[in-house]
Amino acid sequence: MIIKGKVWKFKDNIDTDVIIPARYLNTSDPKELALHCMEDYDSEFVKKMNQGDIIVAGRNFGCGSSREHAPIALKAAGISCIIAPSFGRIFFRNAINIGLLIFESEEAAEQCSQGDILEIDSTQGIIKNLTKYKIYKTNLLPEFIQKVISLGGLRKYVKEELKRREKNV
Amino acid sequence: MGKTIVEKILSAHTDTENFKIGDIIKARVDFTFANDITAPIALKYFKESGARQVFDKKRVGLIPDHFAPNKDIKSAEQCKLLKEFAQEYEIEHYFEIGKMGIEHALLPEKGLVLPGEVIVGADSHTDTSGALGAFAIGVGSTDFAAVIALGEIWLKVPPTIKFIYSGKLNKWVSGKDLILYTISKIGVDGANYKVMEFSGEVIKGLSMDNRFTICNMAIEAGAKTGIIEPDEITLKYLKGRAKRPYQIYKSDIDAHYEKIIEIDVSKIEPQVAFPHLPENAKPISKAKGIKIDQSIIGSCTNGRIEDLRIAAEILKGKQVHLEVRLIIIPATQDVYLQALREGLIDIFISSGAAVSTPTCGPCLGGYMGILAKGERAISTTNRNFVGRMGHPESEVYLASPALAAASAILGRIAGPEEVK
Repeated sequence: MIIKGKVWKFKDNIDTDVIIPARYLNTSDPKELALHCMEDYDSEFVKKMNQGDIIVAGRNFGCGSSREHAPIALKAAGISCIIAPSFGRIFFRNAINIGLLIFESEEAAEQCSQGDILEIDSTQGIIKNLTKYKIYKTNLLPEFIQKVISLGGLRKYVKEELKRREKNV
Repeated sequence: MGKTIVEKILSAHTDTENFKIGDIIKARVDFTFANDITAPIALKYFKESGARQVFDKKRVGLIPDHFAPNKDIKSAEQCKLLKEFAQEYEIEHYFEIGKMGIEHALLPEKGLVLPGEVIVGADSHTDTSGALGAFAIGVGSTDFAAVIALGEIWLKVPPTIKFIYSGKLNKWVSGKDLILYTISKIGVDGANYKVMEFSGEVIKGLSMDNRFTICNMAIEAGAKTGIIEPDEITLKYLKGRAKRPYQIYKSDIDAHYEKIIEIDVSKIEPQVAFPHLPENAKPISKAKGIKIDQSIIGSCTNGRIEDLRIAAEILKGKQVHLEVRLIIIPATQDVYLQALREGLIDIFISSGAAVSTPTCGPCLGGYMGILAKGERAISTTNRNFVGRMGHPESEVYLASPALAAASAILGRIAGPEEVK
C-alpha cells in the first residue's frame, strides 16, 4: 500500500493521556474520540490536520496507559501512519492490532520536518520524503506481525485461528 | 548458559523450543483481566470473533474500577457491559461494587495471580503482579479479546535488565522512592520493551506491599514488566490466598542480562517526581516548599494497608492544612476494612481527610479529586503527565504516602520530619 501525506511533528515521550485524555474514556466511539485527539497538546490539532496526514514523533511515542482509545482516536481523526524512533510497547501492539500503520525509524524521525510531504510504501517499509528528496528504509516487522497486518489486524487473525481450531477438534 | 526467571516462565508456557530474545512466541495465559475502560471494546470484538465461550471461565477477571462506582451515565453504560458479559459467559471473577478493588491490588489479594504464571491484563499497571514472580504484562483491548478467545498471546521474547539494590535504607525511604529514583536514572524509556528484574539484599528485605509498588511502576520506564524472584516473604503472603497450585522459578546465577545496574540505596532520600514525567524525580531536600492544593493517597501504586498505616502514623493527632484537600482511597474493600479495624480511618477523618471507596478515580483524572486550572497536587499515584489529574494546566508531583501525608498537613511539599 502507498500512503502520501503531510508531516505533523511531535516531541519525545508523547503519552496516551495527551493523545486522548482520560476524561473522554467514558466512550469508545471512534468518531467522538477523534474530536479530542491531542487536545491537551494542541487544541486545534484535529481542525488543522487533513485526512491521510502522518505523525513524525520523537522517542517513546504512546508511552503510558494501555488505552486502545489512543490509536483508535488517531486513526479515526485521519492519521494514516506514525513514524518514531521508538514507541511505548503497549501502544505499538495496539496500533498493529487495530491496523494503524507505524514505523520505527530514527533517521526519518530526525530528518523529517513539519509540513514535509512523505510517500510511504508500507509493504516494503520505505519512506520517501518528497520535500527533501530523501529515502529512509525501515526494518521489516517479524513474520507473525506481518501476517497479522496483512490479515487486517488481530481480530481477523483470531477469527481464522478459531476456525482452524474448530476444524482440528 | 543459565536462564532468567522470565525465560524460565516463558519456556513453561510455550511450545516453541530454544527461543531466543527477540523471537515471537505464543504463550499460554494463566489469568487475564480487564476493567471498565478497556473491556467494553474488547467484549464487542470477542462477540464478533465467532467464539462461543471464553477459553476458561475461571481464568478471566472483569473489574469495574476506573470510573466506578459509576461516575456518569456513559460510565454506567460501560460498567453495565462488563456485568452483562460476565452473566452471559459465566465469568467467575466479576467484582461488583462493594466487593471490588483496584484490579492490581485486588487480584494478588484474592490469590488470582501467582508465581510462575503468565498474566495478561488490559491495563498498563498489570506489571504490579510481577512482585509475586509472575510474568505479568499490560496490553490493550484487542489483545485482551484475543486472549479470552484463544487462551494465548503473541509475545516478543524480551531481554532483561537486572537491578541490584544494596545498602541501608534511610528513614522514610520506601519502595515508591526506590522506583522513582530508578526511573530518574534510566528515564521513561530506559527499559522500553525490556524486563526490569529487581533484586539484591534491599529488595529481599522489603514487604510485599513495597514490592508491588516497585513492580507497578516498571511501565513508567517503558518496561514490558517488572519482576521479583519469589522468596519466604512471597510464600507467606500467598498462604491461604492462592487459588491455584503454582510453580516457583528463579534466575540462574549465570543467566544472561542485557545490563546489570547496581544501586546503593544509602544515598537515596525520599523522592518527588516533578511534572510532567515520572523520570523527573528529585530528592525531597530539593523539592520542599512547593504549595499544594490537594494530596492523594491511594491507587494501584500506593493504596495498600502499609501505605495507609504510614499515612496514619504521620496524620495521627494532626490537622490537614486548611487550604488542602487530602483524599485517601484504600485500594480494595479488604484494605478499607482492615484500615477501619486498625483505627486508621478514624485518624484520617479526625485529621480532616476525605476517605473514599476504592476507585482509580483521580489517578487518571476520572473523578473524585480532579484538579482545576493552575492547581497542584502531591500524589502517591504513578503518572504526572500533562492533564493526568484534570486541567491541562494543573500539576501532579509523585511521591510516597509519607510525603503525601506530611505535605497535606503543611500545605506544601514536605518530608515527615518537618511535621511537628
